[in-house]
Amino acid sequence: MTHQIQLHSFDGGIHPAENKQQSTRTPIRPAPLPALLTLPLGQHIGAPAVPCVAVGERVLKGQLVAHADGFVSVPLHAPTSGTVVAIEDRPVPHDSGLTALCLIIEPDGQEQWIEHQSLLDELGVTSLEDIAASDLVERIRGCGIAGMGGAGFPTAVKLAVKRDDNGNSPINTLIINGAECEPYITADDMLMRERADEVIHGIRVLLHILGAQRCLVGIEDNKPEAIAALNNACQSLDQSSQISIVAIPTKYPSGGEKQLIQILTGEEVPSGGIPANLGIVCQNVGTASAIYRAVYHGEPLISRITTVTGDAVSDPGNWDVMLGTPASHLLQLSGYQPQPLPRVIMGGPMMGFTLPDDSLPLVKTSNCLLAPSVTEMPVNEAAMACIRCGMCTLACPAQLLPQQLYWFSKAEEFDKAEQHNLFDCIECGACSYVCPSQIPLVQYYRHAKGAIREERAAHQKSEQARERFERRLARQEREAAEKEAKRKARAEAAALAAANKKAAAAAENSASATPAASGGSSSSPVAAALTSPALEKLQKQLTAAQTAISKTKEKLSAAQQALSAGDEDQQTKVAALESALVKAQTRMKDLAKDIAAEKKALKAQPAAATDTAAGPDKGDPNSPERLQRKWETAQARLDAAIKRLEEAKAQGLDTVAALETGIVKQQQRVDEAKAAWQAVTGAPVATNTDSTEPSSQSSAEADAVRKKIRAAQDRLNKAQERLAMAREQQLDTVDALTLGVNKQQDKLNALTQQLAELEQTASQTTTTSGTD
Amino acid sequence: MALMTLSSPHAHGNNSTQKVMLTVTLATLPGLAVMTALFGFGTLINVVLAALFAIATEALILRIRQRPVMFFLKDNSALLTGVLIGLALPPLAPWWITLVATAFAIIFAKQLYGGMGNNPFNPAMIGYALVLISFPLQMTTNWALSSQMGASVAGLGDALSVIFAGGSADAFSGATPLDTYKHLISNKTATEVLTDTTFNGWLNGGWEWVNLAFLAGGLVLLWRRIITWHIPVAMLAGLSLCSLILGWDADMYTPASLHLLSGATMLGAFFIATDPVSAATTPLGKLIYGAGIGILLYIIRTWGSYPDAVAFAVLLMNFAAPFIDAYTQPRTYGHAKANRGLKKPEAK
Repeated sequence: MTHQIQLHSFDGGIHPAENKQQSTRTPIRPAPLPALLTLPLGQHIGAPAVPCVAVGERVLKGQLVAHADGFVSVPLHAPTSGTVVAIEDRPVPHDSGLTALCLIIEPDGQEQWIEHQSLLDELGVTSLEDIAASDLVERIRGCGIAGMGGAGFPTAVKLAVKRDDNGNSPINTLIINGAECEPYITADDMLMRERADEVIHGIRVLLHILGAQRCLVGIEDNKPEAIAALNNACQSLDQSSQISIVAIPTKYPSGGEKQLIQILTGEEVPSGGIPANLGIVCQNVGTASAIYRAVYHGEPLISRITTVTGDAVSDPGNWDVMLGTPASHLLQLSGYQPQPLPRVIMGGPMMGFTLPDDSLPLVKTSNCLLAPSVTEMPVNEAAMACIRCGMCTLACPAQLLPQQLYWFSKAEEFDKAEQHNLFDCIECGACSYVCPSQIPLVQYYRHAKGAIREERAAHQKSEQARERFERRLARQEREAAEKEAKRKARAEAAALAAANKKAAAAAENSASATPAASGGSSSSPVAAALTSPALEKLQKQLTAAQTAISKTKEKLSAAQQALSAGDEDQQTKVAALESALVKAQTRMKDLAKDIAAEKKALKAQPAAATDTAAGPDKGDPNSPERLQRKWETAQARLDAAIKRLEEAKAQGLDTVAALETGIVKQQQRVDEAKAAWQAVTGAPVATNTDSTEPSSQSSAEADAVRKKIRAAQDRLNKAQERLAMAREQQLDTVDALTLGVNKQQDKLNALTQQLAELEQTASQTTTTSGTD
Repeated sequence: MALMTLSSPHAHGNNSTQKVMLTVTLATLPGLAVMTALFGFGTLINVVLAALFAIATEALILRIRQRPVMFFLKDNSALLTGVLIGLALPPLAPWWITLVATAFAIIFAKQLYGGMGNNPFNPAMIGYALVLISFPLQMTTNWALSSQMGASVAGLGDALSVIFAGGSADAFSGATPLDTYKHLISNKTATEVLTDTTFNGWLNGGWEWVNLAFLAGGLVLLWRRIITWHIPVAMLAGLSLCSLILGWDADMYTPASLHLLSGATMLGAFFIATDPVSAATTPLGKLIYGAGIGILLYIIRTWGSYPDAVAFAVLLMNFAAPFIDAYTQPRTYGHAKANRGLKKPEAK
């Protein structure tokens, strides 16, 4: 129904020659089959589809040949029956001019359909209202429908609106875009004239899915036939009151989503936002028709209406053409005359892009093939100087200052261009159209946008690299500390085992002279022979450290004397010497400890041998270290994914949903890894206790103390490190840190003592039990 | 078949810079015709002379700068600068004044800043201001008398002799009404002033026709959408308000009617202040810029020592134009409010 809708206006806009009458003289004609169909796998915004047929396979018309890859993606279907002859990279119609993976089908001419049926029949219902919205969205997704107005955004994604607990939809208005404001293009016009019923039924499906109260169909008033046809189709429906066919003034770019919303509702889509923020969903009339076919006939999106026009074709008109048809095929059908400086534009003269070659196929978004003669659309003249006349400002539908943006882009003052809202430019070309100096303004903006995006990407990359580097450093430090702790733990365990052994041997000796003792002693010389070089080395190092310390002390006292004598230069020297002394002392202590451990190990050779055998195997993929690392990596990935999601949400990207599913999966992985690690780390400790300690109560206690010791040792190491760093940098925290280190050392000593006591009691228990 | 690749947009309107410049030049013709009728052939000779000088100088400097001469000459901007200088100079100014003004305007005010589109100041007004300051005698005292007042107008021969041969212009020249009123009103009443020979009881002394003709030309520019209403309306409003509020007493100050329809008011409002290269470009900025010119015009005319003030008022506002632009950005679609200044807003 035509309702009185309060129309609003958008700023700027232009009135280029319409040139639409050429292609509306003949009805839509079905295009005959070409020899080959080339189906690019990415005909939409989002991840390209993934082929699910093999080369050489026969496919039926409407058969799924590539499935969607993720949420923001759509599947692809065979436009006709035939054979898949290749799956390879081919040039695709995209303004980048790049190649992409394509599926090539050789039609067999039989047009044999795959089985398909209406969703109503499939579900056994009689009316649309009985079908759940989710089933309809699933059908639309399954039929590979992407926005047919030009952008190619997956339709199902736009329709997946979340209702609140009361079942209320956040969407109140459905806007159907039939403006078709670009000159020359008449595909939507002819579709509305000839298939108005399909469009209206598609709208009904959309209204049902979205739960919107009303639908506004915006059509420029230069299409009276289309408006009349839609009104007729509307009147034959009961709920016609919900749908309003609105004639809007002809002005480019009224068909821009943002502009159409402004015209019909007076509201503006927030910068960086989407129409859904206003409770609006916008769909093209072609999409509505495709939805009708998908829901009521089960036909996937395999063909579309494309206008072929321009002075270079003798028979301009609209064709119902299978996806994948080469442009050359359509041009020939329309009587293409060879031109000097031939140019074929896919899309309209304002926002379309030129094809590098006429063999490129038509895709889901190809609404027009424009083949102008060189007189019709002359090649741009050399640009003259900008005289700041401001005609571009008057033409801009986004209320930008195109001229300022031009100067900033040209001077590569990208920050200023951004500050002047460069990214709100919709690249409609109105400014370039009116520029008296023929300056390619839009090209400048594209360049600037590209450069800024590149800069951002580079910045992000370097940020990531920095984070990665920092994480790596932290990991290396942590690993080193862990290694050290393990080494110490091993040494202690060895010492403990040796003590036990000794105690056991003593007990045995006292009971009776057994050959077991001689067996034990016979193995010790071998062990001594094996380990004595290491011991010797350590001892040598110890002596060296002691000499170094005494020398440093001498130097230090000399320097202190000089300092007290008034030589201020000595100040730094004294400090350096002091720190060197402390370092040497620490090293000496470490060495002494190592030697003690080595000696113990030497004594407890058999026990140590079993211990090392039982120790964690580095090659074992189920070792706690590996599992823990696995868990940590998974956790880090999860954190990164969450961060990305937040960014995506902040920028309103359409990858949000995909990221969310990714995060859920990653969380699962993290949980698994964590569980695996926990399962493993519990076990070895238990086995160790069993093997080393028969007395369970005291052994558990000893174990707890040992753990504490390890932790304390770790803390001590870290504190010492920090202290050394502070000394090097001569920070004023040195005193505090020294104090901390000393305290930590005391704690450690206390713990060691406690352990020793425990062990003693343990060995006594063992001895007594042995004697019993 | 390989095809030609170009990026969008592919369609282009049929507007061009040379058309814009030519239209502006043609829109000055009514004013030129009225001036010639009132003040004799001096104005016409000046305009032709200045235009020729301007084109010749532009060609010369383009050649020196190794720029394509014909490509830039055909934009008609030098022609327009010359015509505006010719209209601004006194009708009987000697030829060398025209030459100095034109050459300075083209070489210094325009080309040395980078040529077309890059000059921060209005070239014609720079040239005019230079000769006004350098040669005050020739510039301020020998404005031709108006035939409206029954004065004998210099014929073609007289004009040629005064302009080229250094002949005396005394017989044909005197002070302008704007200047005379300002000087006489200090010790006379309005009625007494009007009895002066410059007025003969007729307030604008023929200048109203000149201004109305330029107004007509300006309306053509508005109709052809070459200029927008903002600058002229704001400038005339600024001038009117000042003269109505500050100069409401015709016995004390020059009345608003004389301000609006005398001197270079309309030429300035529609042809000088609207020079897009040196003016503010945002809609709000244009209003501020125009109003600033109107106010300065009144201030300099009333309290300054020069008979007219369009050149100085415009040049002073030229200084402010980039600043005004930065602070008057329109609110972009989808934004809650407009950006101000050139600083990037912090984290969005």
